[in-house]
Amino acid sequence: MSAQPSGTQAFLARFEGLREHLPGGRTPWVAQLRAEAAELFGAAGLPGRRIEAWRYTDLAPIAQAGFSEALTLVRETPALPPMRAPYRAVFVDGRFAENLSLLPGSYRCGSLAAGLDGAQGLLGALAEKLPLVALNTMLFEDGLLLDLPADTDGGVLELVSLASHTGRPIAFHPRHLIRIGDGASLTLIETSTGPAGAAYLHNPVFEIAVGAGATLSHVRIQREGRAGFQLSTVQAAVQAGGTYDNFTLNAGARLVRNEIHAALLGPKATCHMNGAQLAGDGQHADTTTFLDHAAPDCASRQTYKTVLAGKSRGVFQGKILVRQAAQRTDGYQMNQALLLSEEAEIDAKPQLEIYADDVKCSHGATVGALDEAQLFYLRARGIPAEQARAMLVQAFLVEAVEGVTNPIAQAALAEATEGWWEREAA
Amino acid sequence: MAAVAETLETVQAANDGGYKWGFETDIAMEFAPKGLSEDIVRFISAKKNEPDWLLEWRLKAYAHWLKMEEPEWAAVSYPKIDYQDAYYYAAPSNKVVPKSLDEVDPELLRTYEKLGIPVQEQQRLQGIAVDMVFDSVSVATTFKDRLAKEGIIFCSISEAVQEHPELVRQYLGSVVPQGDNYFACLNSAVFTDGSFVYIPKGVRCPMELSTYFRINAKSTGQFERTLIIAEAGSYVSYLEGCTAPMRDENQMHAAVVELVAMDDASIKYSTVQNWYPGDSEGKGGIYNFVTKRGACRGARSKISWTQVETGSAITWKYPSCMLLGDDSVGEFYSVAVTNNHQQADTGTKMWHVGRNTRSTIVSKGISAGQAQNTYRGLVKISPKAVGARNFTQCDSLLIGDKCGAHTVPYIENRCATAKVEHEATTSRIAEDQLFYCRSRGLTQEEAVGLIVNGFCREVLKELPMEFAVEAQKLLAISLEGSVG
Repeated sequence: MSAQPSGTQAFLARFEGLREHLPGGRTPWVAQLRAEAAELFGAAGLPGRRIEAWRYTDLAPIAQAGFSEALTLVRETPALPPMRAPYRAVFVDGRFAENLSLLPGSYRCGSLAAGLDGAQGLLGALAEKLPLVALNTMLFEDGLLLDLPADTDGGVLELVSLASHTGRPIAFHPRHLIRIGDGASLTLIETSTGPAGAAYLHNPVFEIAVGAGATLSHVRIQREGRAGFQLSTVQAAVQAGGTYDNFTLNAGARLVRNEIHAALLGPKATCHMNGAQLAGDGQHADTTTFLDHAAPDCASRQTYKTVLAGKSRGVFQGKILVRQAAQRTDGYQMNQALLLSEEAEIDAKPQLEIYADDVKCSHGATVGALDEAQLFYLRARGIPAEQARAMLVQAFLVEAVEGVTNPIAQAALAEATEGWWEREAA
Repeated sequence: MAAVAETLETVQAANDGGYKWGFETDIAMEFAPKGLSEDIVRFISAKKNEPDWLLEWRLKAYAHWLKMEEPEWAAVSYPKIDYQDAYYYAAPSNKVVPKSLDEVDPELLRTYEKLGIPVQEQQRLQGIAVDMVFDSVSVATTFKDRLAKEGIIFCSISEAVQEHPELVRQYLGSVVPQGDNYFACLNSAVFTDGSFVYIPKGVRCPMELSTYFRINAKSTGQFERTLIIAEAGSYVSYLEGCTAPMRDENQMHAAVVELVAMDDASIKYSTVQNWYPGDSEGKGGIYNFVTKRGACRGARSKISWTQVETGSAITWKYPSCMLLGDDSVGEFYSVAVTNNHQQADTGTKMWHVGRNTRSTIVSKGISAGQAQNTYRGLVKISPKAVGARNFTQCDSLLIGDKCGAHTVPYIENRCATAKVEHEATTSRIAEDQLFYCRSRGLTQEEAVGLIVNGFCREVLKELPMEFAVEAQKLLAISLEGSVG
């Protein structure tokens, strides 16, 4: 077993070649951040399976793919999904596409590369010392810079990520910085898609600061191409009385790692993390969450559902940390998996780490196949087998999906999930 | 009357004689020199007059151990162990034995009293002569006769090596291979004693077997090795340890327990561990690194682990079941109590291989003082384990705001028809529960004891009755001073 996959060296070499040309390459504080990140990434490398947090997800295919950056501009614009919300920010291969976007004018929202000067103090402020975050810091080309002032209703914004068909394996590492001022609120609906046959790596990192009493509802719909890879890291810090809601649907990509770190830093902060993973033949879907209860009287709720068909693998790892100061914490986590095929594999590792005594924390996990009795019930009423299965799969997902209340998000979600089983079974 | 006196005399004579003998032959070689080397392994093997194959087996383990690294994944921290700064062979019985209970640490006596252990037994536990020898020898001989009649072999592993080498050779290391983990490997090289149990086909062992009654095991070794084989259709219940506090001068323990259950066989293994946990400042105490594993080799076989862990400064222990036979059953019931500076990282592994295999895990962790208590478990379902079923429940109770309770379950499922359920909760003793008990005249400590016992009920009811009664008292004692 090699100690460090070859991919690590390739990414470092890319950075050496590009460092002057990346956004902020000549701005000392940015250059320093990137250099520090390169050092961290160089030391840690692409995480291997011997690292506890990566025991179920193997990044070897990424290491072997030999990705390079999408340096050339895209000639053809990939097909855009229909616009649902009043505003949207579009990124093609990780770069902001101004001509495709429609941004709100009332607050700062736009390209990070263009507004780097305004990002000092924000960029890297929440970044944890994780190899993939470091990889992003080292190589990010652009991202969304959003700063919503206090007591503002930001409405609904779409964040669209598209991968173009370049004919070679490309990697892009967008960095999204989002700050929700005290008492402000925003719904962010993120969709990521890519061409079906293209091998590419989308490695987004979010740094999200939710102010006191503020609310961010973050809906993520991942429908990358089936040959693509997505490694995403969301890092959210929530102040007193604030709320961060994250819903993630993983439906695409050959391999996806959806890592969410949320820290509840002030009293009475709330975090909801829900998600659904639908993996079919040849797919690997990994959701890893880390909820850090650092203040008293906070609440967190997590519900994750994984449905596996064909030769697929699902992973759920969820850790709840309750620090000593976090008295009267209410933490709940549920993860359930449905195995529809004999070749599927699910690995789950829920985890509680608790240092405060006045807490109510629980987690649950279940794994199983479709209930034969339920199938029989439906079939006895004349519903064909495949349709009955599809109904039961939908029903299985309800609990995780019902937390999404915004109608625009619901529509996007419905489009991604409906007919999934029929397509997989076909 | 006369018969009793006669027995007493015989026993005493035998004892005196034996002691003299032992003294004369062993005087020069009570201890092997400090440190660990191939020579020490040879020394131990020679001392026990072992056959060549066993010596080679030990040497192979030792060579492998040298290449291994001490595991660091458990949520326990302790100063680095210097394996060269320990004795690996020390014949028991050269301790100064107290002559009467007056010479025994009063703290210990107070605990005995609370546990309700009769005076004779207190003396026995402290190694006080005559009565105890009389008691256990007579008891043991009666037992031995009865067991022999059924064809059951129950002896020390050293004895088994001499008298039943074919059985030992066949099964030793067959469940926990030498290189399984760092501590098991060390044990394979230097194990000195332990129990051996063989239950023949179709025999239901007529009594609970226990290290408690095995006269050869006056002093539990630092590197115990236990092997239990239950042939087809047999049943045995085995008790390890006792509820009374054990003051053991060995700092580190690395035991290995292997269980083998054939078709329709059933093994019930119960442990109460109450070794020295260190003082309230966290000084001293036993490091307990134990590898326990059972193989359900036969169809419809069953292995059930029950443990009450209240002692030791560090507990690193994962009694596991390999469910190989179709329809085999694995169970793990655990109560782990940590107080003051104790650290426990304990749990189980259920590995489902056979069809329709079932496992149940119930773990209750109680953490008080500045202690850390971790449940760590794995449920692994292989593709062939069609219809496998697992249920896991892990509950943690926190007493005080300086302790920690952690739950780290792993679920790995490769079988679509398997059903796995896991639930875990963490909470503390509610004020209203305490208030309710207090208002009915219970003291704070009694109230905590009552609530904790209720919390652990599902596990305690799995213990053999006499054990369960003592274990309940033990829980309350372990948590003394942690509330109010």
